Amino acid sequence: MALLKVDNLHKHFGGLHAVNGVSFEVQKGTIKAVIGPNGAGKTTLFNLICGALPADSGTVAFAGRPILGMKPYQIAAAGISRTFQNIKMFPGMTALENVMVGLHTKSQAGFWAGMLHLPASRREEKKIRTRAYELLELLEITQFADIEARSLAFGQQRAVEFARALASDPPLLLLDEPAAGLNIYETAEVARLICKIQQQGITVLLVEHDMSLVMDISDEIVVLSFGQHIAEGTPREIQHNQEVIQIYLGE
Amino acid sequence: MTTKKLSALALLVAFMVGVQLTTHVTGTSYYLTQLTMTIYSCLLIIGLCLVMGYAGQISLGHAGFFAIGGYISAALTTFNFRPALEGGSSWVELLNTTGLFTSRTSMFGEPLLSVQPWIACLLAVSLTALIALLIGIPVLKLKGHYLAMATLGFGIIIFRIVLAMEIFGEADGISDVPGFTLLPGLTVNGNLDNRVVNYYIAAAFLISGFALLLNLIDSRVGRALRAIHGAEDAADAMGIDTARYKLYTFVLSAVFAAVAGVLLTHYSGGISPSDAGVMKSVRYVAIVAIGGMASLWGALTMGGLLNFLSLRGLFGSYDDAVFGAILIIIMLFAPEGVLRLKLWCKLKGHKEEG
Repeated sequence: MALLKVDNLHKHFGGLHAVNGVSFEVQKGTIKAVIGPNGAGKTTLFNLICGALPADSGTVAFAGRPILGMKPYQIAAAGISRTFQNIKMFPGMTALENVMVGLHTKSQAGFWAGMLHLPASRREEKKIRTRAYELLELLEITQFADIEARSLAFGQQRAVEFARALASDPPLLLLDEPAAGLNIYETAEVARLICKIQQQGITVLLVEHDMSLVMDISDEIVVLSFGQHIAEGTPREIQHNQEVIQIYLGE
Repeated sequence: MTTKKLSALALLVAFMVGVQLTTHVTGTSYYLTQLTMTIYSCLLIIGLCLVMGYAGQISLGHAGFFAIGGYISAALTTFNFRPALEGGSSWVELLNTTGLFTSRTSMFGEPLLSVQPWIACLLAVSLTALIALLIGIPVLKLKGHYLAMATLGFGIIIFRIVLAMEIFGEADGISDVPGFTLLPGLTVNGNLDNRVVNYYIAAAFLISGFALLLNLIDSRVGRALRAIHGAEDAADAMGIDTARYKLYTFVLSAVFAAVAGVLLTHYSGGISPSDAGVMKSVRYVAIVAIGGMASLWGALTMGGLLNFLSLRGLFGSYDDAVFGAILIIIMLFAPEGVLRLKLWCKLKGHKEEG
């Protein structure tokens, strides 16, 4: 079953046709990667799906429900979580607190409950803390719980970011270049974590430059070039696709 | 965490009681008047601190919200409805039977029929909240200095409105504002024999408001606000409705300003256009900045200290210039506030990262 269905998506920036009629599906429970040379429109595609940019035309359906035109926070609440290329940890917050923010959609306490410190909100706060700690456990980073997230190494921050994104129990996780800025050891670690996330039953869509990571973990790959869908298939098929080889290596 | 917060609050209560006892022992009870006024300003300042330091929005219009609260309450409690009643206005007659009005005599011995202070206060605060909501929806779409300019524009409009309208007393402002009886025996007014009680009324308002905000920043909402301040797009991606949270925070802080405006107006018996002036807004922003932006304790400390010194006339005719200078110096040398100066942190044994 297709969890995410992108159909004939278009986006122009002035004269640049950044995303030009892209269509593909992401099957439930799989890891799908979007690859392509610089300027292929990968990040734009990503931003269209999570609502950070408005699309010109086309449709995006998540679990059968159209999501194009929804605001990012609504898309997040609908069950699509994302990470950022340049890991955006909340400054001045510990790793645990960062993950607690991720539990926002799973909790209710509002201004009144917060100001009056009502028993219900205190109970909820306790639950949030426990759940956030469990997520750090899942990502094997409980030792950093009380350290300010921004002071951690890049790879560790990436793991905190995964925990934060998983906090809302999203059926679909979008990863924007998860290996960006990581060394090969950290990249291998990230690959292992992504597979672990998939084992939790979460569908993953990622944009990535690092070919070794993409080929290792993806079930399917979509190749974009100049905003257009060029090829789609398993890692093996993509590796042997003449057009893809041409795009990456030239004539 | 909570016990730490409670003991800090207990310390604050002890300090405020200590100040009153000191003035009593040293025979300087006259300080209590300025202290009470300072406390009400602090109520506004901690609200502004929430907007600036936690939600990351700047407002140069908070004197405007203070003035809306103060002016509406003052106008309603001083406007004389008696001529209209005697003139046979059925509306006023109807409102009179609902207990909306109260009779008193003005300082010239003239019989007055004006709105009950409690009702005037509630109307003033709700109207301020409504205005903040209506202003906030379009204005909070702006960021950084654009937002500062838009709120500055709002402040200027309020200033010109109170200067221009007869009901607000034009350049003279409104005087002869009656006391505000909160509960039997507890009246907010400037009577000398009521000075100590009024100091404690103000302190009670400030400490409760402060406790509410301390709780808030320590809650799910507070976390969301800090997240918005730190990385708005990431907060958005966490499912936080950033626009709504910014708006509610703005309205909440406007309510703090309005409550301060109402109470201070009834306490000092009047309000004048200078209370709505832009320089007042700049002063509030300067105080929050010097307190360290994201520090309610810092804002409270600096608000208390600087307002009191200013009210005691320490800065003389350079009052506004001093606050302007403070703002420049803080931005240049201690953007994190004086309590977080590098030297200070070293003394405390803190290690600064990055």
